Amino acid sequence: MSQANLEVRAISGHAGSVPGAGLKREFEVCKLIDTTTCIGCKACEVACLEWNGYSFSETVFNNSYQTMPNTEWNYWNLIRFNEHEDKDHGMMLLMRKDQCMHCQEPGCLEACPADGAIVQYVNGIVDFQQENCIGCGYCMSGCPFNIPKFSPESRKVFKCTLCVDRVSAGLEPACIKSCPTGCLHFGTKEDMRFLAEKRAKQLRDISGFQDAGVYDPSGVAGTHVIYVLHDAKNPERYGGLPANPTIPWTVKLWKHPLKWLGNLAIVGGVLGVAIHYLRFGPKVVEGDDEKLTPTPKPGQEPGPGGKR
Amino acid sequence: MSESHIVSKGRVLRYSFHERFIHWMAGLSYIYLLLTGLAFWSPWLFWLAVLFGGGTIARELHPWIGLIFVVAVFLMYRMWAVQMHENAVDKQWWDSIGHYIRNEDKEVPTAGRFNGGQKLLFWGFFWCGILLFLSGLVLWFPHWIPWNLRFLRLLAVIIHPAAALITIGLFIIHVYMGTLMERGAFGSVIRGDVSAEWAKRYHGIWYDQVTRENSPRK
Repeated sequence: MSQANLEVRAISGHAGSVPGAGLKREFEVCKLIDTTTCIGCKACEVACLEWNGYSFSETVFNNSYQTMPNTEWNYWNLIRFNEHEDKDHGMMLLMRKDQCMHCQEPGCLEACPADGAIVQYVNGIVDFQQENCIGCGYCMSGCPFNIPKFSPESRKVFKCTLCVDRVSAGLEPACIKSCPTGCLHFGTKEDMRFLAEKRAKQLRDISGFQDAGVYDPSGVAGTHVIYVLHDAKNPERYGGLPANPTIPWTVKLWKHPLKWLGNLAIVGGVLGVAIHYLRFGPKVVEGDDEKLTPTPKPGQEPGPGGKR
Repeated sequence: MSESHIVSKGRVLRYSFHERFIHWMAGLSYIYLLLTGLAFWSPWLFWLAVLFGGGTIARELHPWIGLIFVVAVFLMYRMWAVQMHENAVDKQWWDSIGHYIRNEDKEVPTAGRFNGGQKLLFWGFFWCGILLFLSGLVLWFPHWIPWNLRFLRLLAVIIHPAAALITIGLFIIHVYMGTLMERGAFGSVIRGDVSAEWAKRYHGIWYDQVTRENSPRK
């Protein structure tokens, strides 16, 4: 997607500091999804396709209300549908709008080796820049939410941009604009967090959902898409929302300790052999007629094989 | 090995054409894999990808060249595995590694066709080659790995660079010894032959074998 005119916070695979970082402050933006008032109309799915210019995909029926099993490279917004038999509230139809969570500490960006292929703006949007993407798919391994999807045709990875083009022009994301029930809200992170807590309290105090709460996972330092859930203790019920998402430990191990250890080992190895050559020199076989061996000058002793 | 090992007076054939070809098949593909791999390893080395047509092309070709490397390692295994088994001579060789490093070669017991160090290099590349191949397959097609088998991708992400680092260590030592330190070794893998003196000094057991094999045909 196009490089939006926004302040940049982090760049994937980038050597050195972020150019122009800290020039100006910006609000952190946030999408609030209230799963308790979602009716599963899928207007947001349609609006997402329309705004981003993708054609409608074939739906997959597997005894569920869900359009297809997972988001796709050209289908970024999916209502996940689960039936849940609750002992207090009877049969519940859980609808969760699934899309990129725009993590404050994005695993995709951490794992990406291509300079500038993933950019995180100061406002919290994590945006893929396909012109810099090399199609390695490491972002797919770094993401704890199964969001980045590989396009076999273009051999690049795509995901929800949080409508960065609309947001940078002062508009709300397309999905928010289309929502008929008002279960989707968009604003600053602070305001959305306040609104979400207020709604969760209402659910607890008035609607009898004692475990209602806000999903804004700390394992990725919070997200720029937050949910109100009837049961915040069991987020997995909502189409496999992870209870404690983090950047996978193997990705962290690879990008931090292994990287430093490896760099030290490579530099140490090259320095080591160079110092060995200076100290001990080549092995020389006496009486050897190898052209590569230094020929002793007439009158001198043959080159020693030992210390020099 | 039916051909005569005596190339000319004072020269012994060390590596046949077949062996040299497979060595360079592995060597050249490894150098490509190393340089493009380093580009993906660190942002500070991403410029290396530019030398090979940019990040996208490097990402496309790296697995294919990897296949060539894997085939070469397999052929090496078929060709050399029997000769690479550790034996008592290698143990003695390792015991005097300090002398070997300090070029006190008279203190080092002579070896068979391959010394302990060469055997370590061989098995290091062989086992790391298998790890790199398996993890590389996963990294080649990450979009084919379903979400519930995600642990495969997460393992591959750490195994591939870790195994690569071990081979880089072996590679640095191998290239240094083959070019600068062990004079005559580089020629042996280009032209195939070494001097009889060189063979006697470093691979005396092997030298005795090949000269005995050839002596009746004199």
